[in-house]
Order: sequence, then C-alpha cells, then structure tokens
Amino acid sequence: MKVFLKVWRQKNRNTPGTFKTYTSPELNENMSFLEMLDVVNEDLANNGEEPIAFDHDCREGICGTCSLVIDGKPHGPHRGVATCQTYMRSFKNGDEIVVEPFRAKAFPLIKDLVCDRKSFDRIQQVGGFITVRTGAAPDANSIPVPKENADLAMDAAQCIGCGACVAACKNASAMLFVAAKVSHLGLMPQGQPERYKRVKAMVTQMDEEGFGACTVTGSCEAVCPKEISLDFIARMNRDYAVALLKGDAKAATSGGAG
Amino acid sequence: MNLCQRIWNSSLGKKYVMALTGAALFAFVVGHLVGNLQVFGPPELINTYAHFLKSKPALLWSARLGLLVMVTLHIASAVTLSAMNKAARPEPYAGKAAYGSTAQSRYMLVSGLVILAFVLYHLAHFTVMLPGINGVGDFSKLTTTLEGHAVPDAYAMMVLGFQVWWVVLFYLVAQGLLFAHLGHGLASMFQSLGFRDHTWWPRIQCFATLASIAIFVGYAAIPLGIFTRVVGVDYAEQKKFELRDATLMPEKAPAAKEAK
Repeated sequence: MKVFLKVWRQKNRNTPGTFKTYTSPELNENMSFLEMLDVVNEDLANNGEEPIAFDHDCREGICGTCSLVIDGKPHGPHRGVATCQTYMRSFKNGDEIVVEPFRAKAFPLIKDLVCDRKSFDRIQQVGGFITVRTGAAPDANSIPVPKENADLAMDAAQCIGCGACVAACKNASAMLFVAAKVSHLGLMPQGQPERYKRVKAMVTQMDEEGFGACTVTGSCEAVCPKEISLDFIARMNRDYAVALLKGDAKAATSGGAG
Repeated sequence: MNLCQRIWNSSLGKKYVMALTGAALFAFVVGHLVGNLQVFGPPELINTYAHFLKSKPALLWSARLGLLVMVTLHIASAVTLSAMNKAARPEPYAGKAAYGSTAQSRYMLVSGLVILAFVLYHLAHFTVMLPGINGVGDFSKLTTTLEGHAVPDAYAMMVLGFQVWWVVLFYLVAQGLLFAHLGHGLASMFQSLGFRDHTWWPRIQCFATLASIAIFVGYAAIPLGIFTRVVGVDYAEQKKFELRDATLMPEKAPAAKEAK
C-alpha cells in the first residue's frame, strides 16, 4: 500500500512552519505508524532531504514518548492506543493522512512533529510523589488498601504522561493528566500525608505553565491511550476545593520547629 | 479575602465560581418559569403574582441585585477562562473540531452571549417596557384593577407581546440556546464542583437532559401558546382597543393645543 502524507514541517521554534505533502514508498500494512515514518524518512534521506523529526521511544505503548495528531486525533484513529500501536492497516491504500504535532502553548514546538513536554515534568516535580521511608522493604500488606481504591488508583496510574489530553482539548487543558497524577496518589494510604498540599501545588504549577481550563468537552478522555476517565478530574476538583478551604498549614512553632 | 483571591486566581477556582453562579441562575430560571406559567390560568392569577412581587420592593431589589451579581460573576469567569483557554493554543490545528466533543460543549460562550443579549432584550421588553421594541405599543399604559387598585396588567403585556412573530421567534431562538447551554452546563456544574463518580455521572447527565428539556418546553409553551391563539386571545383583542385609545389620547392633546 501507499499513502500520501501531509506533514507539518518546521525547522525550529523561530521559523514558521508549513504543511508538506509526501508520497510514501510501498508499505506493508502491518507496519506501525512510526515504522511507516521511518521508511518515509529513509526515502527522504536517500533523496538528500531532511528527514521528518518525530518523538518515539519504547514503541510498545507504555512510555508516552510518541505523540502526533493524525487526521485531527492525537494517536490516530483508534481508542485506547498510542501512535506506536497504530498500524497502517487502519488506513486505506491511497489515503491522505494529515500529521501534525501536539499544539499547545505549554508544549512549545522543537522541530517538525517534536514538541517539548517538560511542563508535565515540572508539574510532577512539585507534588507527584510521596514521602516514603527508604530502607528495608516493608512487609507486604502491612498497610491495608481497599480493593476498589487500589483498582481506581491503578486506573489513574496508567497515565503515561504523553500529553494527548492536552493535544485533543480545545482549551489545551492538562486537567486529565494532573487529575490522574493527583488521584493515583490521593487514593492510596501512602499518599494521604501530602494529599492536599499535592493537589494545590500541582494545580498551581499547571496554571503557571499556561494550560487552559476544563470545559468538560470529553475530548481528553476520548483520545487518552490509557482511557483515563473524566471522573478523576472531578476527584481533583473536589480535593482542590478542600485544599483551598483548608488554607495553608500553620507555620511550625516551638514543638513542631524543634 | 485571601480565600476569594485564591479562588479567583486559579483556573479550578474560577470553574467553581462558574458552577455555583450557574446553579443559582438555574434556580432563578426554574422559579421564573413557574411564575410565568401562571399565564395559562385566568388573567388575575399572574397579575396577582406580578403585583405581589412589585409590592415587596426590598425583596424584589435584593433578588435583582443578587441576580446581577450572579450574572456578572458567571460572565466574568466565563470570559477570563475563555481568554486563558484561547491563549493556551496559539497555533490552531489544520481542521476538524475537537475529537469526541459535542457542539453544545464547544459553543458555551456563544450560546451564553446570545442568551445575555436575549436577557437584555427581555428586560427592556417586559420590565423597563420600552415601547419601541415590542412591536405593539406602550405596555406601561396597560393597567387592570386588583382589589380596587390600578396595577400593571402583566397578563395583557404577555398576550399582546407574543402576538408579534419576530418577538416570538427571538424568544424561541434564545430558549433553544438556553436548552443547549443547560444541557451541557447543568452536568458540567457537578463535574466542576467535584460531585461525580462512575455511579453518579449517568444520573447527573440524565438530570441535565431532562431538566433542560423541561425548561425548554415550559418556556417555549408561553410565547407559542399565545402566538397560536390558544391563550388569552379574547383578552388580547379587548386590550388592543384600550391600548390604541391610550396611545392615541396623548397625541390628540398637543394637536388640540396647536389648533388653539
């Protein structure tokens, strides 16, 4: 099979980009979308053209590095898979496929289809962790966790931080990502000590990075390769409201400061 | 103050403001509908109700002030959030609307602004009673007697006002947009405030759908009922003459003076 690619080409952040159309070489329909781009790039390189820059790493759907908005939907036409697990058999011979980078102010473009998603790392760094004792491994099951909470926390923990939620949202909102991180830790007993501090810090950082707000359109949930539910956004909203009402912790005095 | 600032300065906080003011406005919309559905009863029913509201100026004005605050906060949070949302994506995608989203959810600001324009018209129409915009005449000349007092005839204003096709059309368009706005807004309100989980979301959506349909049917029934001559047609005919006489009278007076 052969496809026509309409790809966003942009040399760097300061040069304006445009779409360019390429005809792929003969493809195997069982190639992944990224393998197809590899083949197209090889062809481009052989012809002395600059290959298309795109992000990729594990290619098995768990690292969250691959991105791409394919025909208007992040990660391509299917639900619950990342671009690396989108296969050419999902397209027809002779299709024109539009490939764009994730677009958001908080994801500044680096080159072609590669954007900088370090804003997610910064959100994680302000609160996406728990204080944990180092030392010998604790006994298994020494802290009881209700099964349903463990299941929910696992659903949230599936987030691979790819940024598709931001890419799909009409407001470029990172709420689904932040909500997943907040909920994943907030649902576990180990995450309780910093529960409200965490949600406040992460939401504040999210706002500072320049992401938009949630208008509950549901695009994020629809494109999430890990199918993370909007329910988590409600959970985050709830925790954040409690955090706001609680206010800041009392400054440490005599005993606490000692 | 600190808490207010913290709420206003965060994106989530503004969504709380939007949701809470939205809930208050929804409560008003329900109350207003119940009040105005009395038009389907005899003229005295709604006129007594209108007179009751007008006879309690303290209550009336605190309610109006409260509504004004709610509307202002609702719009202020909508406009600032929307500006923030637009700024979050400086370069748009090549085409196609946001995947998996409904048109209702994408056009909340537009539907909201048209509803605002409608509310302003509606206030000018029945509350301020600007004569030029109703296509009938001077509503403030319409009076009736209740318990020996001359009071404004709200029933006549409605049955005459909704005989004008373009007024009815504008009201219906606005109600259609309110239906769309509420269909998304009523459910999202719970989401923004954090009252949602897998059990409650389907129920919340069901509530939003049923409530927005009920509001639409109720509000559309009033102008449509009058326009299709189901309600108040005799009363309107009778009042039409009174209004014409009342409008003609002051015109006659200066003419008489000039003659002198």
